[in-house]
Amino acid sequence: MLKIDNLHARVENEDILKGLNLTVNPGEVHAIMGPNGSGKSTLGHVLAGRPGYSVSAGSVQFLGEDLLAMDTEERAQLGLFLAFQYPVEIPGVSNMEFLKAAVDAVRERRGEEAIGSVDFLKLAREACKSVDLDQSFLKRGVNEGFSGGEKKRNELLQMMLLQPKLCIMDETDSGLDIDALQVVSRGINEMRDAGRAFILVTHYQRLLNFVEPDHVHVLAGGRIVRSGDKSLALELEERGYAWLEDAA
Amino acid sequence: MSDFMQQPIREAPELAPAWLRPLQQRGREAWQQTPFPTRKTEAWKYTSLQALQQRFVAADRDSASTDVSDIEFPQLGGPTLVFTDGHYSPALSSRELPDGLSVVRFAEADDAQAARIRELLGSAVAGSRHVFVPLNEATLADGVFLDIQPDARLEAPIQIVWLTSGADAALALSQRLLVNCGAHSEATLVETFASSDTGATAFTNGVSELLLGEGARLQHCRLHLEQDNAVHIGGVHIRQSANSQLYGFHLALGSDLKRIDLVVDHQGAGAHCELDGIYLPRGSETVDYHTCIEHSVPHCTSRERFRGIVGDEASAIFNGRIHIHPQAQKTRAELSNKNLLTSHKAEVNTKPELEIYADDVQCAHGATVAQLDPMTRHYLRTRGVPREEAEVMLSYGFINELVEDLPCAAVRDFVKPLLASRFARNPRLTRHLL
Repeated sequence: MLKIDNLHARVENEDILKGLNLTVNPGEVHAIMGPNGSGKSTLGHVLAGRPGYSVSAGSVQFLGEDLLAMDTEERAQLGLFLAFQYPVEIPGVSNMEFLKAAVDAVRERRGEEAIGSVDFLKLAREACKSVDLDQSFLKRGVNEGFSGGEKKRNELLQMMLLQPKLCIMDETDSGLDIDALQVVSRGINEMRDAGRAFILVTHYQRLLNFVEPDHVHVLAGGRIVRSGDKSLALELEERGYAWLEDAA
Repeated sequence: MSDFMQQPIREAPELAPAWLRPLQQRGREAWQQTPFPTRKTEAWKYTSLQALQQRFVAADRDSASTDVSDIEFPQLGGPTLVFTDGHYSPALSSRELPDGLSVVRFAEADDAQAARIRELLGSAVAGSRHVFVPLNEATLADGVFLDIQPDARLEAPIQIVWLTSGADAALALSQRLLVNCGAHSEATLVETFASSDTGATAFTNGVSELLLGEGARLQHCRLHLEQDNAVHIGGVHIRQSANSQLYGFHLALGSDLKRIDLVVDHQGAGAHCELDGIYLPRGSETVDYHTCIEHSVPHCTSRERFRGIVGDEASAIFNGRIHIHPQAQKTRAELSNKNLLTSHKAEVNTKPELEIYADDVQCAHGATVAQLDPMTRHYLRTRGVPREEAEVMLSYGFINELVEDLPCAAVRDFVKPLLASRFARNPRLTRHLL
């Protein structure tokens, strides 16, 4: 599904990713852990095509296509989804119109028709229930005045409606209380299936207690310095990152 | 400019009723003594009056047969008076009046009505610094007087529509509206100005006076939909008595030049006003809003929010004056002006102008000029929304907050698609906005 080969990326003239390799197959859940500043969030932003993040070398194949040659919206329409660590507030644009615009764009890319308003409302309401967000949030401005936890649930809501192929969750667990963490984990687990993959970028083992990863990677100094199964996350929790950074 | 100073007066229509003649005469004298504003005049520093440098003539023929069917204006279902090229159009109007409301055209006023109009007319503009008021009076042939009885609760909006057909080139119009809201009355008033898109020039000099009696509540919408070569210089002058409440919604699509002065004078304690405004010049258009809140007495509050989106090589001017007089203690005044520039050549001049002579007051103001936030646009695109549509959604969102707060649903329903169409002609780009 995703094949990252020797990826080098820079932000404001600073090299952040320095030869990152990662292969993600359908159905897999990968956790990416690592110390602050190691490039975890940068990876998500580069994959989503954020302006100001430039790729200086390497390639990324997504569903057999050259991801880096695509515009941001094309990547999303093809099935890539980045749950933001800091979702953006957009006063004046209602959550509802935003969600429908997104769903229609993705559907039309697949050759389907735009969804009818009534059907969409039904879907959106169901999704609200799944992420434990009151329906009144559909009428509010996108993320406007939402608490940290509400914003993260709203990201999950978008993910559920868009049904992407690859979900990159950028520290979705940060700042969540235990109830919200469970809601988010449940949402991810519900969406796990053989055709969909996840990359969970996280600082903590905590999320991985609820969402069991197939692979755990440690990102340090812009490269993946160690990969393992879920036991690696437990080891990191105990020993920290220093021993791996030294190795890198 | 001396030609412009003399010419409209020479060609003023002779149709005015006799009782208006003294007013015309006073206006003529005042106008002739007024120095014509230039870019050195502070209130006109950023606004060129070059567009007035041509010969404008009032329409003197009967305009009842002029076809204005292509001009859109809101259909609100309430009492509606439509004027075409300055002349009353009975066929387009609806004069079924609810109890508590009387509507009189100046031209048809009987002696008693004329006396009442004379008594009230000019009372809100008195002392105004607006230099075009005398010209309005010098050339006034007709006008509308709305008299709302004390305690009347008028459900349906009252609408006054001024259409410019474009049938005559360089048409000059003097529009006048006088509204008296009796004590504790409630009403919604919509003033709409619209033109056809024939490209004909027209100069409208509009003056509205709104008098709010004690405890009166008025929702007032003023929609400037004139396009292209329309020039509108006008003002709304509002006098608020004690505990009266005014909500104002102002919209100006761009044209050659629109200069609107809004003056609210709080003359009774406990008065409250809210003014929201949106301006959308593009091309080489200019929109200029000058607002002034006179806090003359204690315990009054005002809140103003104006937002503009300025595109292409257009320019916008916003001047928000708040004048708190020495005795106006416990005043609370807020003013916010936000601007979005969608082109490198677009220009906005925004200035808060606060004069505060009382010490126990709260007064807040803020002004911003910005472009679309790239991170916000990126966020929409990461969800698959195409760049162009994201930009339309964000531009619309910038003003939509004010539109959503418009209490009159019928006006809101008219305004929303109109605004959406301003941002993109391709309906695919606006289909998710409504």
